[in-house]
Amino acid sequence: MIRVAVRAEAIDVAAELAAHDAGGHGASASFVGRVRGDGGLTELFLDHHPAMTAAGLTALAEEAARRWTLDASTLIHRVGAMAPGDTIVLVLASSRHRAEALAACEYLIDRLKTDVMLWKRESFADGRVAWVEERGADRARAARWG
Amino acid sequence: MTLDIAYFAWVRERMGMAAETVALPAGIATVGDLVRWLAARDARGARAFAEPGRIRAAVDGAMVGADAPIGDAGEVALFPPVTGG
Repeated sequence: MIRVAVRAEAIDVAAELAAHDAGGHGASASFVGRVRGDGGLTELFLDHHPAMTAAGLTALAEEAARRWTLDASTLIHRVGAMAPGDTIVLVLASSRHRAEALAACEYLIDRLKTDVMLWKRESFADGRVAWVEERGADRARAARWG
Repeated sequence: MTLDIAYFAWVRERMGMAAETVALPAGIATVGDLVRWLAARDARGARAFAEPGRIRAAVDGAMVGADAPIGDAGEVALFPPVTGG
């Protein structure tokens, strides 16, 4: 089962895990991404495409299901304005065994960073506002999956 | 032919709008043609598309390269490399 959401409301990790794990999967792997307050960051804003961002998450989950034997996957990405400590993204992947769940979870977050229509803008205490630049390290991690 | 164009992130800010509908002049066949035409159209376009190598595109929801044909697409989205996650 694939569950995908793109939304402005806070992500309740415990509630999402409970919903995801309702089937009592053998092995579930998770990735939780949070806003860091580095360098005096006061706000992180996420821009997105009203249709393509969710479609991109769904396509990723479908590709993961082709590569591994998965019982369930959940991809939830927050958009709009966030503060340090807020959860930006939650990835859950479940399989009968840990190796597939862990690999699928890593694949999903690596490829999400390079394949899905989302853009970060950072605001800092000193008034600076800047769109985040693409990172070569993210491209390299995503490319490992072919 | 008319075409809906949607802009995101700093491309949207530099264009000063999230979307527009344009009447395409003859000879605009690919995404790259469209980006070059927008860059030459006015000062905002020149600023948004000064570096075509930093522009990514999607035609009707599918990510494509600069040489992709526009054809009879309903929407072309133009944006910087993505930075989610």
